[in-house]
Amino acid sequence: MVYIGEDREDYIIKSIVMRMLPPREINKMARVTITRPELYESDGSPVPGGPRDPHFGAIEPGEICPVCGNTREHCPGHFGRLELARPVIVPYYSDHIYYMLQATCRVCGRLLLPQEKIDRYKIILKKLKKRWPLLAEAFLKEVRKEAAATMECPHCKSRQFKIRYIRPILFYEERPEGETRLTPIDIRERLEAIRDDELELLGMDPEKNRPEWAVISTLPVPPLAVRPPITLETGLKSEDDLTHALVEIIRQNKRLSNLIESSAPETMIEDAWLALQFVIAAYIDNELPNIYPLTHKSQRMMKTLAQRLKGKEGRLRGNLSGKRVNFSSRTVISPDPNIGINEVGVPVEVAKVLTFPMRVTPYNIEEARRYVLNGPYKWPGATFVYKKRTGKQIDLRFQRNYKQLAESLEVGDIVERHMIDGDVVLFNRQPSLHRMSILAHKVRVMPYKTFRLNPLVCPPYNADFDGDEMNLHLMRSQEARAEAEELLLVEKHIRTPRYGGPIIGGRQDYVSGAYLLTVKNRLLTEKEVIDLLGAAGYKGELPEPAILAPRKLWTGKQIVSLFLPDDFNYTGRAKINSGPLACDSIDCLHDSYIAINRGKLLIGVFDKAAIGAEVPENVLHKIALEYGDAKARELLDTMYKMFIRMLDLRGLTISLSDIDIPREAREEIQKLIREAKTEIEKLISDYRAGRLEPIPGRTLEETLEQKIIGRLNSLFSEAGKTATKYMDPFNDVFVMAKTGARGSEVNITQMVALLGQQVVRGKRVSRGFRTRTLAHFKPGDLSPEAKGFVKGNFRYGLRPTEVFFHAAAGREGLVDTAVKTSQSGYMQRRLMNAEQDLYVAYDGTVRDSYGHLVQVRYGEDGADPMATYHGKAVNVDRLIEMYGEIRESTNHR
Amino acid sequence: MSVEQGFGTLYSDLPLEELVERARQILPKYIYDELEEKVIKNEKLTENSKRRIIREAIIKYITSLAQPGEPVGVVGAQSLGEPGTQMTLRTFHYAGIMEFDVTLGLPRLIEIVDARREPSTPIMKVYLDEKHKYSAEKARKIARKLEYTTIDKILDRDPEWMAGIPEMRLYLDKELMEDKGVTIEKVVEVLKKAKLGEVTIESEDPPVILIELSERVLPPSEADNPMAYIALSNKVKKLYLKGVKGIKRAVIQQHEREVNGKKVVEYMILTEGSNLAEVMKIKGVDYRRVRTNNIHEIAEVLGIEAARQALVDEIMDVLRDSNLDVDIRHIMLLADLMTFTGVVRQIGRLGVAGQKPSVLARAAFEVTAKQLFDAAVRGEEERLLGVTETIIAGQVPRVGTGIVLLTSPHSPPDRAQAKAETSNQEGEGEKMEVGKQ
Repeated sequence: MVYIGEDREDYIIKSIVMRMLPPREINKMARVTITRPELYESDGSPVPGGPRDPHFGAIEPGEICPVCGNTREHCPGHFGRLELARPVIVPYYSDHIYYMLQATCRVCGRLLLPQEKIDRYKIILKKLKKRWPLLAEAFLKEVRKEAAATMECPHCKSRQFKIRYIRPILFYEERPEGETRLTPIDIRERLEAIRDDELELLGMDPEKNRPEWAVISTLPVPPLAVRPPITLETGLKSEDDLTHALVEIIRQNKRLSNLIESSAPETMIEDAWLALQFVIAAYIDNELPNIYPLTHKSQRMMKTLAQRLKGKEGRLRGNLSGKRVNFSSRTVISPDPNIGINEVGVPVEVAKVLTFPMRVTPYNIEEARRYVLNGPYKWPGATFVYKKRTGKQIDLRFQRNYKQLAESLEVGDIVERHMIDGDVVLFNRQPSLHRMSILAHKVRVMPYKTFRLNPLVCPPYNADFDGDEMNLHLMRSQEARAEAEELLLVEKHIRTPRYGGPIIGGRQDYVSGAYLLTVKNRLLTEKEVIDLLGAAGYKGELPEPAILAPRKLWTGKQIVSLFLPDDFNYTGRAKINSGPLACDSIDCLHDSYIAINRGKLLIGVFDKAAIGAEVPENVLHKIALEYGDAKARELLDTMYKMFIRMLDLRGLTISLSDIDIPREAREEIQKLIREAKTEIEKLISDYRAGRLEPIPGRTLEETLEQKIIGRLNSLFSEAGKTATKYMDPFNDVFVMAKTGARGSEVNITQMVALLGQQVVRGKRVSRGFRTRTLAHFKPGDLSPEAKGFVKGNFRYGLRPTEVFFHAAAGREGLVDTAVKTSQSGYMQRRLMNAEQDLYVAYDGTVRDSYGHLVQVRYGEDGADPMATYHGKAVNVDRLIEMYGEIRESTNHR
Repeated sequence: MSVEQGFGTLYSDLPLEELVERARQILPKYIYDELEEKVIKNEKLTENSKRRIIREAIIKYITSLAQPGEPVGVVGAQSLGEPGTQMTLRTFHYAGIMEFDVTLGLPRLIEIVDARREPSTPIMKVYLDEKHKYSAEKARKIARKLEYTTIDKILDRDPEWMAGIPEMRLYLDKELMEDKGVTIEKVVEVLKKAKLGEVTIESEDPPVILIELSERVLPPSEADNPMAYIALSNKVKKLYLKGVKGIKRAVIQQHEREVNGKKVVEYMILTEGSNLAEVMKIKGVDYRRVRTNNIHEIAEVLGIEAARQALVDEIMDVLRDSNLDVDIRHIMLLADLMTFTGVVRQIGRLGVAGQKPSVLARAAFEVTAKQLFDAAVRGEEERLLGVTETIIAGQVPRVGTGIVLLTSPHSPPDRAQAKAETSNQEGEGEKMEVGKQ
């Protein structure tokens, strides 16, 4: 194994020049000339002069290449060639052939423009190429058009004819005596006549190419390494598609040369020649239009050259832009709130497979010896040792005497040791939609077979634990490891660059727990306080209790305050600050306005608005911005653990009784429904009687629909309000919805009151039978029930028709997501392709890798969105809040 | 607090005036203006706290700058692509406009980055000038001027005719005429101009117009041919009465606004269909505030800078409507990339991605084989500068930490020095290469 080290520059490719393959190159690189289509003799040996000729390179184990004398490990493979009986046009080049035929004289081969124009255009082109390469392209197109429109050669005065081109290889000339096909020989003659100094204006580089090379008489045949035969279990050889295609070409070529030799009628020769052209076109791209694709006996299309390169699984996208890697692992993830957010739990089995090449130094030689002593099967051990002195690699699986090997270790050796605690790994969950989909974690080796993840880190990965799997990659060099740790560590990505807010933070139970801990009526005994602080790993004194007698009691706010920085100030609304609990200042009776002064939570509860993920400018975000990501991480690893423990102490569960409301509440809701129904009946009868006033620009039907939907929506929200009015404020379902932990008012309404209008294609359910949705309704019924309005709720159940409507709307949602993912995926791929080369240069400008200046200052102010307060580079109001002192009261602090 | 870290005592003992001057030089104007309004001119704040705030503002700004190498393009693409998964697919949406449908959500976003010639639902917002915006009547008048109206828009039924009698009767709808603001005289005038023959008003109420078809439009040989009448009737129906081409419908919108504590009702016009150049010419229209959602039209009429701004506004509107939070800097970068060449380019194969100087990058995107053959003909050189190409070649992309090209030997200082000296003598000092940027 080679460890890439100091001499990296030596392997760097500076540039690759593209050109057409000249005939002399084809001949020069050919090591064998193919004449026969047969692959093997009857004894199984390859036919000399066939597509399996040994001169194409060694591919069998132990085979010696007759050309270079290497075995298959070192033989690069060699090209061969096939002399074509008649020349053939190469597809794809034919577009350019077409342009050239149009733009040059059919007699003298000159560009169809007067000399002075040619001279002028050359100068313009040179200048454009230097400064505006894109414009040069457009200019060439115009030149070509102008030349093609000239019907008399300005140089030799001969008349020109229109050329007709049928993709991919057929050319016709519309002569006065009739349309004549131009054979590759005719075409090559004309191309040969084109002058080198005019090629430039035809879009071809005269230093690299000659146009006649687009017509070939010798076909290069690729080495066997490009088209290796595979041996099936049955012992039968199965050839590559390319070899099959080549056999086809050789046969066709043979047929053509036989016809020519036997001086067959010209039409027969022409047909065979055309057939050869088509086969070669298919060999290059089997999906060209107007050709007969090459197929196997089973009618399956052959994969020829273009098919190898194309598409998602093709060479470019499948093997070159994206490569498969070693030292990676994938398994199911499960939650572990007890590990840090920077950590990931890794099963021992995985830790024993993924290894780190540890260079032995005087400082770690003892440690290295311990690993070797443990061997490959006992964690933490080692799998290989590379001896510096001998250059040998020793596989520990085949070693008996670990002790002797351990003792022989010297400085400079490399020990391939198991993954251990503290190693840096990259952790990833697909789809990798943003950079937070791959983060660096520090390893904690653990028993059992899943990766363990702190649930606080779910939002950036968009992970849950219903069977999700994730990938893990071990960083295998100190450089990579350091870079990952500095740039990709979870704590460095608490804030997202998408909108300048926190993406890591509390969700679900963390939010409910935080609320229940900081709520006004939470008083904790000493035992409970110690339990909570213990869970958070708090070290220090207990604060003075809020209540001393009859027994010592602490408030939840006191406990939370222990973790906030001493000089932290904050004011803002809590999530529960809405509806009846709304407040807009610190004078808040509902405890819904948060005020933190000098690190003490004075008023307000912690809920999603304070500690949640994806809430810009909340407590967590401001701490991350003002005290650093490390401080925010500390909070997530300590205070947040307390929120979970709070739920362990109190319990959080839901039951049917949580979504039960008293009889009078249900009756109230029924009354609301009846009221809405009568109003809608009135609307419908108005409509039928023609009394309904249409909304301008809308038809009567649309107006009616809009009014009905509007009324049903208001009914839904009224019913929701009525339902929540009767709910116990410490009902867990209600708590979760109110604090933003899980669920919403809509979910509650659907459980306890009614499901409401089901929508399909943005309208009330309308399709099914001819003038009605289901046979249960009268034709033309416009009433809410007949068009997908569901009065039932999840607590008391749905009627059969209601179940149907609900399912219809639900199905639409599923179809929508499926379609959407593919569409947005493609959009993201295109965006990524367009934008990937842009970066901020040292001078603060945004440029692409080719040097184009795209922005003079990134985002007009140069600020990184990730470092902003929800988009604001400097939050002046916050600075005043933090440091502003009022003149009159200079001594109050 | 820790914001100060690494800045030591920078600026900490500058007097206020000098700090203000520094802030003016360093901070972007919009931040400085806010600072000036809220802090520098704030009499209530003590001088000390002012100094502290200004200093913190400067430090905060400097720390928030994007670092060299930051791959802002990739981050921008992700920031726009990732929320795409959360967008609605619903094409039609009532965006507070009850009168007609507007394409929104993911389909609209795709349409914008594709830089389509025509949006699927072209819309204009026509604001009115001081004289016209406070009156519903005046607004309606302008709306009528905008709506592209042909004769069939005010017909009660199809024109009547009978083969063999060279006459045609037009039955107009009084209500429609009033709604569109067309008088019967205007219709007669248009018909006369069309030179179809004698035009007379048969009746004012209900309005009926009689056209005696001349031999020029209906030669006697054709007089018995019904097809000739149908063709003529279609021609009549398409006759232009008034309005701006492309504007299918114009609707008045009402806005309430508070000006100096008083509620003022303002009117504006929404149109279905778009024709920026013509609408701007209409009298009574505030041409400075007219908007259309057709980006190409803006580029042609107002120039590329306006098109860039329109791109930003349109994308931000779509995102806002879907309740998605994306920083405007990402959108600005995208808009700049689409417009910096001076024309609006689409994001895909026919635009930005297809015009890259690198063959491999283009081939790796779409239409692989063609890209390679064309590059061969042109004799292109692949310089391996961009991200895709460098990855294909197994090298380090020149973004992020990859922009650093300066390397130094990793050995203790004294040995490094000695080594550098010897290698300099051997002329191998070029190993320390300085980046091009």
